[in-house]
Amino acid sequence: MNRLPRWFAPVAAAAPVVVLLGFYGWPFATLLGRGLSPSSIGDSLGDAVTWRILWFTFWQAVASTALTVAAGLAPAYVMARYEFRGRRLLDGLLASVFVLPTVVMGAAVRALLPDSIDHGVMAILAAHVIFNLAVVVRTVGAVLTTLPRDTEAAAATLGASPRRVFREITLPAIAPALGAAASIVFVFTFTSFGVIRLLGGVSRSTVEVEIWRQATQFGNIGAAATLTVLQLAVVTVVVATSSTLQRRQSRSLSLRLRSIRCPPVHDGQRRFVRAVAGLAALVVMAPLAALVERSLRIRNGYSLHAWRTLGHVDARPGMSIGIDPLESLVESLKAMAVATVIAVGIGTLAAIAIAAARRGGQLLDTAMMLPIATSAITVGFGILITFDRSPVDWRSSRWIVPIGHALVAVPFVVRTVLPVLRGVEPRRLEAAATLGATPLRAWREVVLPHLRRPMTVAAGLAAAISLGEFGATSFLSRSGRETMPIAIERLLGRTGAILQAQGYALAVVLAVATIAVVMALDATRRGEPGPGDVVNVRMTGR
Amino acid sequence: MSARLDVVGVTVTFGERIVLDRVHLTVDSSEVVALLGPSGSGKSTLLRVVAGLVSVDHGSVAIDGDDVTSLPTYRRGVGMVFQDDQLFGHLDVAANVAFGLRMRGDGASNRAERVGELLDLVGLAGFESRRVDNLSGGEAKRVALARSLAPSPRVLLLDEPLTGLDRELHDRLLDDLGDIMRAARTTSLLVTHDVDEASAIADRVVSLSELMS
Repeated sequence: MNRLPRWFAPVAAAAPVVVLLGFYGWPFATLLGRGLSPSSIGDSLGDAVTWRILWFTFWQAVASTALTVAAGLAPAYVMARYEFRGRRLLDGLLASVFVLPTVVMGAAVRALLPDSIDHGVMAILAAHVIFNLAVVVRTVGAVLTTLPRDTEAAAATLGASPRRVFREITLPAIAPALGAAASIVFVFTFTSFGVIRLLGGVSRSTVEVEIWRQATQFGNIGAAATLTVLQLAVVTVVVATSSTLQRRQSRSLSLRLRSIRCPPVHDGQRRFVRAVAGLAALVVMAPLAALVERSLRIRNGYSLHAWRTLGHVDARPGMSIGIDPLESLVESLKAMAVATVIAVGIGTLAAIAIAAARRGGQLLDTAMMLPIATSAITVGFGILITFDRSPVDWRSSRWIVPIGHALVAVPFVVRTVLPVLRGVEPRRLEAAATLGATPLRAWREVVLPHLRRPMTVAAGLAAAISLGEFGATSFLSRSGRETMPIAIERLLGRTGAILQAQGYALAVVLAVATIAVVMALDATRRGEPGPGDVVNVRMTGR
Repeated sequence: MSARLDVVGVTVTFGERIVLDRVHLTVDSSEVVALLGPSGSGKSTLLRVVAGLVSVDHGSVAIDGDDVTSLPTYRRGVGMVFQDDQLFGHLDVAANVAFGLRMRGDGASNRAERVGELLDLVGLAGFESRRVDNLSGGEAKRVALARSLAPSPRVLLLDEPLTGLDRELHDRLLDDLGDIMRAARTTSLLVTHDVDEASAIADRVVSLSELMS
């Protein structure tokens, strides 16, 4: 009666479906179809190297997760419970580090370490911990602020010491959030790509890196496809388990009850707050400071040489990797602009279709999430092997990198826009109908105006994702048109003090650009902060 | 078990605001005192000072003649019924009531016995394995009271124990609360803004303004 016309949802869904099928479904099917065969699966599973890599991937992810949770608990508590000078700054700092592109994070930790080819597993763990601290601090902190201080006070009046209060009252309350944070960190670190590429050396490889290596260096599609399926299986199991556990544990949290942050009272509390906040700040700042320092250091002296030569192909006459670093910035910005437009357009249309669909909305919703369920590597690799022959030989097309980025970003656009569409009060539409608006007109007048804000936020997300995207780009970028993350990895992969310094300088540029985008994004959604948006940026481009 | 409570010249300031100004109050052993005052007058703050949840700028608090002013909450031996109960959502009724007993190291059988006793006292016999988030407002308040009384506190503090309940429940609980308090014979300080409530439960009613010298 008052429903939107039948054609509405299908028309909105058309473009997203075509893009998803063409640039994700088909390539992924091609990858599996060409790669998976009894012999390739047998070869991979029979190879001890596969199991060694799987084992390394697994245990470094478990270790990274455990360390991140352990290291994040104290700052989460301090920042949720106490008001102190610099708290907002520290929060912003953690969030900024979290959204840094993986390549920048890898470079930053590397900048802290002495030059060597093998940086050891500790470097990888350190990078993962610093990187993911914000996940724990934000997810756990969000729950801590809803746990009334008086609940803890009640335990204290019953004779529980502060230690016991934490163990018996606080910990059970934050356990679901800790579990959620841990599973996010696990997935991030299990599928780690950029960090490992920069810090792993030759001997340490995660499944994700191995897929890339098999594909690009040995042209072994069979092994790459088998590993893709293996990784997908592990990630699916972890995500499914964690969401089941969370559903079982979830209790009705009274989200309105907020415990107010207070300044620390006793000397002991003051010392605790100062120590924890100071340490957290040091841990996240040191790598960034090292990044800047290394960009200025050439051998034993300091100079601006690396910065001054950023705009030249040759760092010094005859010394070159064939990339003009400044040109890569331009390439990155171009890709970002195109990818953002595509991702926001496709994602918003998909969200509109999902919200309006009478049937199949759930299916489309799930389908749009697939690009994150697999990985950026798979997206890039699939596109590379699919669009390599006429009439679809688009390997050298300028569109291919932005399309890869857009695919990686689309799920986040959908997740940002859809809740807003679903949140529109149906009564408003009914009111419009009683005032004489047709269903379509009512939709345009009532729903459409709500879309501007989420679309702005989604654009910021897509831009940040595109800027830092490394996985898909590793396959898709053409020589002469490298994006910044690719250029940074190349520069740092070379010996030569000037090239190294240039790599670090470019990493500083990329860090600043990403943080600027994210800060602009934060400014547009003042008043409704959520851990979600920052987490979103990083779900990808690992 | 019950003990005398002495609040001597307690001053508390929050930033620039003086919340309590040289407050003097003595509650005799086993006496129930109701503290009256309009909301925002600092009554709850005084309870929190006695519990050790708010630290004082000047003055002292003594229980049974021992100066507890700088003793942390968990070693003061005070029980407190919070305005919004603050039951532990992850524990059932029995575990909530037994919490204080467990903190002081009671064995399981002692705990079970004492929990049964207390639930009887507050009229919730058989509620042991109920989840606390399914309790009605009145039941939750009774559990909170049982929980505070279980470890036999030296002083019991009640912060607006009957606020927010509907009329009928309020009246019924008011009668029960008076009986329970008399039966428990625990030195108690009760904060309320309701004169009838105060006189129904307490042996003595004081208003906060007359405590400030």
